[in-house]
Amino acid sequence: MKYLSLYLIGLIFGTGISVSGMANPAKVLNFFDVAGTWDPSLAFVMGGAVIVTFIGYRFVLRRPMPAMADAFHLPTSRAIDARLLGGSAVFGIGWGIAGFCPGGALPALGTLDAPVFIFVGASIAGILLARGITAARSPRTATA
Amino acid sequence: METAFTPLQSLGGGVVIGLAAVLLMGLHGRIFGATGILTGIVAPASRPDFTWRAVLLAGMVSGPLLVLALTGAMPAVDVPVSTAMLIVGGLLVGVGVTFSSGCTSGHGVCGLARLSPRSAASVATFMLATAATVYVIRHVIGA
Repeated sequence: MKYLSLYLIGLIFGTGISVSGMANPAKVLNFFDVAGTWDPSLAFVMGGAVIVTFIGYRFVLRRPMPAMADAFHLPTSRAIDARLLGGSAVFGIGWGIAGFCPGGALPALGTLDAPVFIFVGASIAGILLARGITAARSPRTATA
Repeated sequence: METAFTPLQSLGGGVVIGLAAVLLMGLHGRIFGATGILTGIVAPASRPDFTWRAVLLAGMVSGPLLVLALTGAMPAVDVPVSTAMLIVGGLLVGVGVTFSSGCTSGHGVCGLARLSPRSAASVATFMLATAATVYVIRHVIGA
């Protein structure tokens, strides 16, 4: 039951991403191109997703524990530091160059289009590289 | 390349994305973050850590196939950039999200929905950086 529900939740997410246009770099890049071929659609994706999650979280996080797990795993870090802002800026530059973000690209793997695999492969290399740098500088650093 | 403005379809997709985020928290107690899912698969801390994320990813990848089954067409993936840009962009995305501990789904959807100041700072930063990058590439360099 646990794994079936995880699969179905992934399927719901992947379907939403596919319908929304987040898996389509042409549409994503046009959202940011206000000075050119602007397409404001993605504001509606973000708006719809955040409002539904905001309301839904009010209900589910009031319960003592999740229905199929022992505890809620919520991020504990509250730091707004150079690591967060620098990482976010580098992510944004990469998103602006490629047009894919991880949430859009992972479901898009299902289309079997080669560019998605090239992007995801490069992202994995970047993740492993960054973890290597972090581990080399501080052996006890854990990931969030 | 022009794309059609699709407010209803995009809003509907967003609502469905939010539904998935609420279900993952309500049933399994987890934030729906693509960065965490991918990282937990390529560099897992433990076996159970890997398994739930791999099953979730299998579902995510099936999304376009469900759209194909329902509509008769795969969702469009139009890539207006070169292979070199995909690789450079992908590397930067991977490095960036590792340091920021999240991206559009983890910080953007789940973090903003929790009214997290940390996520708001991350989202404001990456949205500005993305817009500036697209402006420079399209209107300064003219690629």
